[in-house]
Amino acid sequence: MSAGADDGGVGDGADRTPSPRADVCVVGSGPAGALAAHRLAGAGADVVVLEAGPRFDFDERREQQEEFIRPGMGDPWEMGGARDAYTDSGRGYPLNAARVKGVGGSTLHWQGMVMRLHERDFELESRHGVGVDWPIDYEDLRPYYAAAERALGVAGAADNPYAPPREEPFPLPAFPPSHSDSLFAPACERLGIDMHSVPNARNSEPYDGRASCQGYGTCKPICPSGAKYTAESHVAKATEAGARIVDHAAVQRLVHDDAGETVEAAVYATPDGTERRQPADRFVLAAGGVENARLLLLSASELYPDGLANSSGAVGRFFMDHLFAGAGGQLDEPTRQNHVGFNTSETHQFYDDTDPVEGMKLEFLNYAGPSPVMQALGAETWGEELLEQLQASYGTHVAMGGLVEQLPDADNRVTLDPDVRDDHGNPVPHIEWSLSERTRGALRRANEIQHAILEELGVDVEWTVGPEATGPAYHQMGTTRMGTDPATSVVDADCRAHDLPNLRIVGSSVFPTGGAMNPTLTIAALALRVAESMAESV
Amino acid sequence: MELTRRDALAALSAVGAAVGGGVLAGRFDPPRADDAAGNGDEATDADEGVSLSTDLLALLDAVAEVVYPDGVENRRAFVDSYVVGRVADRPDYRAGLREAAAQLDAVARDWYDAPYADLDADTRDLLLRDLGVETADPDPEGPVTDRIRFFLVNDPLFAFYTSPTGGRLVGIENPIGYPGGIESYQRATMSPADDGAGGDG
Ligand SMILES: Cc1cc2nc3c(=O)[nH]c(=O)nc-3n(C[C@H](O)[C@H](O)[C@H](O)COP(=O)(O)OP(=O)(O)OC[C@H]3O[C@@H](n4cnc5c(N)ncnc54)[C@H](O)[C@@H]3O)c2cc1C
Ligand code: SF4
Repeated sequence: MSAGADDGGVGDGADRTPSPRADVCVVGSGPAGALAAHRLAGAGADVVVLEAGPRFDFDERREQQEEFIRPGMGDPWEMGGARDAYTDSGRGYPLNAARVKGVGGSTLHWQGMVMRLHERDFELESRHGVGVDWPIDYEDLRPYYAAAERALGVAGAADNPYAPPREEPFPLPAFPPSHSDSLFAPACERLGIDMHSVPNARNSEPYDGRASCQGYGTCKPICPSGAKYTAESHVAKATEAGARIVDHAAVQRLVHDDAGETVEAAVYATPDGTERRQPADRFVLAAGGVENARLLLLSASELYPDGLANSSGAVGRFFMDHLFAGAGGQLDEPTRQNHVGFNTSETHQFYDDTDPVEGMKLEFLNYAGPSPVMQALGAETWGEELLEQLQASYGTHVAMGGLVEQLPDADNRVTLDPDVRDDHGNPVPHIEWSLSERTRGALRRANEIQHAILEELGVDVEWTVGPEATGPAYHQMGTTRMGTDPATSVVDADCRAHDLPNLRIVGSSVFPTGGAMNPTLTIAALALRVAESMAESV
Repeated sequence: MELTRRDALAALSAVGAAVGGGVLAGRFDPPRADDAAGNGDEATDADEGVSLSTDLLALLDAVAEVVYPDGVENRRAFVDSYVVGRVADRPDYRAGLREAAAQLDAVARDWYDAPYADLDADTRDLLLRDLGVETADPDPEGPVTDRIRFFLVNDPLFAFYTSPTGGRLVGIENPIGYPGGIESYQRATMSPADDGAGGDG
């Protein structure tokens, strides 16, 4: 095919004109959008997916891997231009490290740790008087969690005494613990701390047409073997099932009917600036934790001057992330770090504690200390001297990481910044994000446990990431929260906008509270649940 | 410590190069000092195919001798197959590499009246350090020192330390970028070198 007027200036000849009819228009092709599109197309719906970013060719993954390893080559996922501009205040939020725009969404870059939320996460207010309850509970999500684990291909074991109930085994066997995990084991045992496996969306054996892990060790941001799950997998399945995926199609706004009761069309722009209108019977907004809110705010109209689906005023508010807590140092023996880019052991032992009530899960890292390859490429010498430096710094590092919960706070929010525009002239998202004293306290507690373990192990703790140095885990949550009351929430228990029932929102933006588990398995479970309820009426 | 053909293949796999038979035709002009003045015909060179001037390879090997640790055996064969495979499908990279090499050669001719590869190893080392390459930011589009760092220093270092043999020297047989499987992370010590399938075939 040659480039034509239909391809929106991309030059690849692909047709980017709207589909004449669509039952469902999905905005975004990350895991939330891709899973929903696949299930809906499989149920016979005519599905169009509009994706702002490009399609990254799998054949280029090793070149992208080189871009990651070698300084001076740029970001393998091409984040950070005018398209992705944003502003922030408060603590500051590194948004473009925290997401990817492209077919597959942020799972292109993600680490791939996938856990179910615990039961308490759904009932924080009634159990502990903090945060807010979800309008659904663990049991509602339980079958969808199992389906999500099968969809993503989760390698795991039923060895976690703190995990919520499950009846079926994980689809793939867990990765065996690392040598460094085995160094931690006696120290944890002496302290009465249980270690258990990490559920990984990463093939421990071939699964679903994808290879098993080859140990490239660069999982985040890039896995060249395809062993790490990315949503490209469900984009491909959706396509096979008949869905149409349009990349380079950034949705500018959603347009409602005269009565303001239904969404009628998604207006999208291609790189040449042409705006097109995709009508559909129903819409699924799956643009990620920040862009979901931003798109609703950009879709303000006379009827909805504060933004679409925002009669509650909650759109953009209650922005949350998980906070990283960590500590590390060196041991007197080989720790064998940096062979693989993922973790094999963690502990959820402190997750359900009430002092502090914030959830926390702690990880035993397999990538502590510098990688000799990266260190060599940044060194200020070479030859024998470099080798000596590498030998001196590789081999004895060990570290713990972990995530700590942040409770919802209306003042942490995403708004539009009218003074800064993106490549299409739209106001960029502005992120206001701060930590409360409670969150800081929870971080200090996480550090305390980490220090106790490391010291028991005989490590001289050299660094700690606690309340001062902490950063987000890149899990943007809460900006279109779910709830039963339309006055305080944006979507209902079925992820349907209270104001416009033909609009569903999927992704972690609907989480009323975020727990401390990585969010994507829950995102996937919710997307499958939404798709199932929509498919009933296709 | 000997670099094997497997190391070169491993390093190539880390850059996603098509791994061919390692044919070195050597039919291109060596980089000349005047290329550095900007009148080199990079665009056409870049289109001519995968092989490189043997003189360019000699220059790269001469840099590798400086930036690799002492006592590396079989270095030239490693550099040759790595470089040829590395630029096979990447004409832009090849053009950048040639240009950086030509510039380094031009400096050597200016300062020492000899091609870079003909200088003794200490002088080659000193020349790079005097140019400021040690502390330069690797940048394929930056000033000449940055480009030399990127194409001529970091690339061979990258090839070396992502290979199992280079990794082993440091203490890791499965460095990042090398698909060394998922056994090694479980072991308490470095596995014995698996020389069986090696050789420089
Ligand atoms: C470095 C990193 C590590 C992570 N590690 C983990 C982990 O270990 N475990 C875990 O559970 N999670 C992890 N995550 C988070 C995980 O990637 C996200 O939770 C998940 O991808 C979110 O899915 P989503 O479909 O809601 O959004 P995304 O994956 O962000 O996808 C949204 C898509 O929508 C598109 N889009 C946005 N705006 C528009 C628009 N206006 N029009 C059209 N398309 C649009 C975007 O281009 C993007 O492709 C990590 C994330 C990062 C960045
Ligand atoms: S270690 Fe990570 S990058 Fe390597 S193959 Fe396994 S999942 Fe992919």
